[in-house]
Amino acid sequence: MAVITYREALNQALREEMKRDPDIFLMGEEVGAYQGAYKVSRGLLEEFGEWRVRDMPIAELGFTGLGVGAAMVGLRPIIEYMTWSFALLAIDGIVNAAAKMRYMSGGQFKMPITFRGPSGAANQVAATHSQALDSWYAHVPGLKVVAPATARDAKGLLKSAIRDDDAVVFLEGELLYGTKDDVPEDEDFLIPLGVSEVKRPGTDITMVVHSRPLHSALQAAKIVEEEDGISVEVIDPRTLRPMDIDTILDSVRKTNRCVVVEEGWPVAGIGAQVVDDIQREAFDYLDAPIARVTGADAPDPYAQNLEQIAFPQAEYIVNAIRHTCYRE
Amino acid sequence: MATRITQTDELLGLDRDALIEMLRWMVLGRRYEQKAAEAYQMGEIGGFCHLYIGQEAVAVGAITPLRDEDYVITAYRDHVHGLVRGMDPGAIMAELYGRIDGCSKGKGGSMHLFDTEVNFMGGHAIVGGHLPIAVGIGYAIRYRDSDAVCICFLGDSVANIGAFNESLNMAALLQLPIVFVIENNQYGMGTAVHRAAAIENLADRACAYEGMQGWTIDGMDVLEVRRTIEASIERARNHKLPTLVEAKTYRFVGHSMSDPNYGHYRTKEEVHSFKSNDDPIKRYIEQLKNHSMISDADLEEIEKEVKVIVDQSIEFASQSPAPPPSELYTDIYANEYPDMKRRDPWR
Repeated sequence: MAVITYREALNQALREEMKRDPDIFLMGEEVGAYQGAYKVSRGLLEEFGEWRVRDMPIAELGFTGLGVGAAMVGLRPIIEYMTWSFALLAIDGIVNAAAKMRYMSGGQFKMPITFRGPSGAANQVAATHSQALDSWYAHVPGLKVVAPATARDAKGLLKSAIRDDDAVVFLEGELLYGTKDDVPEDEDFLIPLGVSEVKRPGTDITMVVHSRPLHSALQAAKIVEEEDGISVEVIDPRTLRPMDIDTILDSVRKTNRCVVVEEGWPVAGIGAQVVDDIQREAFDYLDAPIARVTGADAPDPYAQNLEQIAFPQAEYIVNAIRHTCYRE
Repeated sequence: MATRITQTDELLGLDRDALIEMLRWMVLGRRYEQKAAEAYQMGEIGGFCHLYIGQEAVAVGAITPLRDEDYVITAYRDHVHGLVRGMDPGAIMAELYGRIDGCSKGKGGSMHLFDTEVNFMGGHAIVGGHLPIAVGIGYAIRYRDSDAVCICFLGDSVANIGAFNESLNMAALLQLPIVFVIENNQYGMGTAVHRAAAIENLADRACAYEGMQGWTIDGMDVLEVRRTIEASIERARNHKLPTLVEAKTYRFVGHSMSDPNYGHYRTKEEVHSFKSNDDPIKRYIEQLKNHSMISDADLEEIEKEVKVIVDQSIEFASQSPAPPPSELYTDIYANEYPDMKRRDPWR
């Protein structure tokens, strides 16, 4: 184990996988000579050469489809977006091509492609560069969607995503790249897709949260434990599709209460799906309505004070926990 | 700048068998689709069904010179490309019928034909969406140091979409072995090319990409198509250079089965004029006759052979069962994904 950043963990995952399998290549804007817009691909061009670490023109639709075509003939592309906001220009390639190729061909094609890059809130880059579109991709059958919150999860999940034979949308937290964690150096360290992790055990209320808000959620859990004596069980699904609902349901059956937190907008969000899964399969166990804490239902504002209140803060999560536990 | 290759009277040094083979493909394409149109009228085929009648010289002239290891990719007017590439005619018809023995188990339909056995890479129904995919195939070819080439057919309307520039730029930049073949059938659905493209010859756009050659040709002359594609394949295979070919052609039928052959956007006279003066099959037969390569008896023989194939494919499709309901939830992921059923308990 070594304490490294989320950025370094991703870099390790890329390097280890590319060493292991010559069919893997990385492609995107600034991934090579510039060493990655967020330095995730540092050193890879020098190590693997330009056919395997390929700088692309600013043409998201073009290089997304390029990846799909290469995957159709058996290569394992990793397509990097400078941010997932720019991938909006490529969504036809992700939704209409990558997600459906296996189905439309009656199973003739595998789609071993990973689409990755920074997602979610960022610092004062405003509405076009700062948003969490997790639920858009999780909506689409044929895609898998992964959103790690820690360096350890980032490494283990990216390696699994690259080895997966389905198209994976891999959402890295733009504000998480500098965060640190204990990360195994073992090259066989993998975290399977579709497995939730209990990030903090508890008994009184379940909290479901993924990506960056996990850190606010853990803060909130600490606050309510100290101030209200409430024991919060924090679960990070890590994979949004397919989501490991059973770990969440087991917890809710034990705590009888639940708060769901996400950075994205509230309408048709990831949390809406989690709430549906819980009410469908654990309705009788609930002692209170499930609360959701989400990003504000507004484009991300530039002004620092507004931006601060636009995304889930520990304070809002504390409020939701107290409300759900009838402690107001 | 693009050059216009003039019509050839030569037979490209092809032997009689090869020449007749091309005619057989053209006639098969024509008869196969005429039968598909009948099946559509009878309700056996649903959805969008885009016929290729009138354009056969392009697919036949472009696909017949390919090797087995080469790749073919096209848009949604794809039946004849699949046939000529060597797909099973029964499997294509069963796909149109939405049956389990269709090439995609009935899940793709007319616009999404695929066959990995013959490197037929689709069948893509979003205009422009398959150009980047073709570039990816070209990238994989070079990644593996293979001598294969990828031939990518596209409609005239694709020349105006962003993916066209992104793809041609990448193909030229990375020196990929791709032949882009614009099938300019004069209309993007109901919009005439001159109302959509600010250029007369679409292949002139090749001049925007270093190393790319642009050729505008008569797409009704199957030998001219073949000659141009052979030259393009040579550039791709031996020099890793992409080419943009524009084959001027004409569709004798509507955009899809729901579009009449003529009406608001083109006149009856125009369609009839193309059919009588510029039918690629008639023109080719005339060329072959001028060189004494074919007799009326040979033609009858071809029609007979083709009829057997078409009838058998209809028979095969009609006999094939519909996909069982369990197929709804297969082929979405590599492994079964239980949540889909769990979240859908009432179906």
